[in-house]
Amino acid sequence: MTSLETRIEQAKEKLDAQVRDVVNWHFDPDNGTPFWLKYADQLDFDPRDRIRCYEDLKLLGDFEDGWLRKTPVREWIPQGFAGRPVSVFETGGSTGVPKSRINIDDYKTDYELFSNTLCDTAFPKGADWLMVGPSGPRRLRLAIEHLAQHRGGICFMVDLDPRWVNKLIKAGKHTEFIGYRDHIVEQALVRLKTHKTIECLFTTPKLLEAICEKIDLADVGIKGIFCGGTEMNAQFHRFAKEELVPTIEFVPTYGNTLMGLACHRPYQNDGDYTITYHPPLPRAVFEIVDPDHPDRTVDYGETGRVRLTTLTKEFFVPRFLERDEGERARPFDLYPWDGVSNLRLFTRFQESVVVGVY
Amino acid sequence: MLHIPVLRAGRAYRSLNTQTLTDIRGGAPVAVVSQANSGLIARDLNQTAAYQRSLAEIPAQKLYDMSAKAADLFLNATLPVDPIDGVLQSREDFITCQSATTGLPKNMCAANMEKVATALRMTKTIVDGLSRGVDQDRLNREYRREADALGAILPSNSPGVHALWVPTPAMRVPVMVRPGSQEPWTPMRIIQAMIAAGYPAEAFGFYPSDHAGANEILMRCDRALFFGDARTVDAWRGTGRIQIHGPGWSKMLLGPDAMANFQDHLDVLVQAISANGGRSCVNTSAVWAPPGSRALAEALAERLAAIEAKGLDDPNARLAGFTNRRLAHLLDERIDAQLAQGGAEDLTAKYRKGPRLVEIDNTLFLQPTLIWCDHEHPLAGAEYLFPFAAFVEMPAEDMPRRLGPTLTLSLISEQEDLINAMLDSPHVDRINIGSLPTNTVRWDHPHEGNLFELLYKRRAVQFAAG
Repeated sequence: MTSLETRIEQAKEKLDAQVRDVVNWHFDPDNGTPFWLKYADQLDFDPRDRIRCYEDLKLLGDFEDGWLRKTPVREWIPQGFAGRPVSVFETGGSTGVPKSRINIDDYKTDYELFSNTLCDTAFPKGADWLMVGPSGPRRLRLAIEHLAQHRGGICFMVDLDPRWVNKLIKAGKHTEFIGYRDHIVEQALVRLKTHKTIECLFTTPKLLEAICEKIDLADVGIKGIFCGGTEMNAQFHRFAKEELVPTIEFVPTYGNTLMGLACHRPYQNDGDYTITYHPPLPRAVFEIVDPDHPDRTVDYGETGRVRLTTLTKEFFVPRFLERDEGERARPFDLYPWDGVSNLRLFTRFQESVVVGVY
Repeated sequence: MLHIPVLRAGRAYRSLNTQTLTDIRGGAPVAVVSQANSGLIARDLNQTAAYQRSLAEIPAQKLYDMSAKAADLFLNATLPVDPIDGVLQSREDFITCQSATTGLPKNMCAANMEKVATALRMTKTIVDGLSRGVDQDRLNREYRREADALGAILPSNSPGVHALWVPTPAMRVPVMVRPGSQEPWTPMRIIQAMIAAGYPAEAFGFYPSDHAGANEILMRCDRALFFGDARTVDAWRGTGRIQIHGPGWSKMLLGPDAMANFQDHLDVLVQAISANGGRSCVNTSAVWAPPGSRALAEALAERLAAIEAKGLDDPNARLAGFTNRRLAHLLDERIDAQLAQGGAEDLTAKYRKGPRLVEIDNTLFLQPTLIWCDHEHPLAGAEYLFPFAAFVEMPAEDMPRRLGPTLTLSLISEQEDLINAMLDSPHVDRINIGSLPTNTVRWDHPHEGNLFELLYKRRAVQFAAG
């Protein structure tokens, strides 16, 4: 069996090769991406000559948040993909202009790769799915359905508008919030009770709690739950396994519009509910960096800010400082590259409310 | 390190989400506090009918006796604080921890313990006072219970406020508390004392959590107390099921007849503004007196300025330290900015030694401040977490119509028309007539609402004759 060190080295070689392929493609005058071709005009070098490995991406500088908000979206479509059907997916964007990302097949590839990590007993091939979560401009709208179809199932959908939920909560409209939540849960219950072929569920932590208040998911035939969302953390993972759905396979997952879909280190039945994600290398890679000196990668176990690089032929985002922080996690056999534990909103971005406490 | 757990129906539960409480004097960790996720709270609160049944059959007198016993235990016993590791906390440890994380001087921590113990000891008097003597063992013949549990979103500013909710289990209603983030100490100790005194553990939920957890309690308990700043509590006003405890805007008013011997009222005014470090909602934030009161204002400023910041362990400390250093700076700067607008004067400035904001023993304090301004000035309606008040000259006849929301009003006057006008005011919650400071509180009186009337509603019950 190959040693972990060798596998780490192989993963790195694969990553460097992907960097070369992706840079060659996006900066290619015929097939490349208008945004990156314009960007290359300001450089005093040709990225295709100088960027030969992941480390060399530094030469491009840091990717700026505003580029994904203000650049006309067609400038992100590689010319080599002209004429292909394009989807646009947006990030959170509860206020202001959200970041947009174009997608052709990436989401399908991401979810097909993720599908390989699911166990066929809990997520049986041919079983139908219910997706109760954010749809609309988000990737999940198409991605969960594709996952279900890829596994031979049909996906039933109940849509949620998280931007409206955020508005209700911020405005203190708690009754309306409960009304909206109940509206979503009621729709989910109807589908779960009506369509006996549904055995797999995708939902968010909050909605899972709300659904489990009304129904025992095992009783209606759910075998596997794929769950993701900002409230996912070690405590929720444990709460789900111990109390909410103890007899159902529970797979916590992190994805974001820019990166794709991460895989989480499988739970080992050892009481360690820490959630550690590993990016889908070589399609995306995390570095966990010192927030004050982003050129320094923090040590294993140390807290840092996530810097994401996405490397696909559809979409190239080098060295983007995410709004998340976490602890740098070690490579292991299944994912022989760095991951991140306890992912959460970057502390300095958390709203600090200075108010009296009467 | 000490780990304060969640209590689920009295059972300790350690969450994987924790927050570390630190000593405000240097950041040394004091304890980690388990944080309940909102789904866990929701799951527990679906069981409140069962929790309530644990109290239902206990005779009222036995409940009062258990509360009285809990008073002594709360004051002096060594009680569990970290039941999973079997860690106990003595009275002295309690005071040390509470002072370190809340900035209250130790002598005030001890004084606030007395307030809570008094409420526990007087539970029968309080229940009788609030219910006007209804027979608690035949309550369902006249009243309907409105909730299976009382939610309580509690503050960190002053431990004395816990006196408000401690009679609840004796009214046969379980309590589900969300402690203030800096002050888990008092509610945990009250609960442990009550359980040790014989109350069923199921009657208590203790859920340190974020805002989402607090909202879960407010949404799921049919009745709740909510302590919070103006902005937070406003979203929950008007539901009829949540008793709001927001800013107090408590006031001391002097009638023209009180001015002849104003020196006699100085002690009362100083106490009203500065007792408990000025942290309570019943502390005075405005003093109104008729035109020609400058001499009183100056004398009051001089007395307030004599209260100096001291270390939290000093037995003579009368000011509380700020747990949030940024807030201390922000308030100081805000007051200066509002003074700079003109039309207001910091009367205490010339009597005070040093600036308003001082640092002692690694702790930031804002020293007492009395502002001379007119009623329209923004500082006239301000309320801050330290001994701060605006002194406003106002003709007595204008006072009633300008009153606005007032938790506690003390009127020093024997002028009948003024007394009647204040008694008729729709704005005042508690009213004291005569030379009484606003922080004179009797727990058997309603306070921002009547706890018994929140929990029970009068109804008709009829039996057919024969």
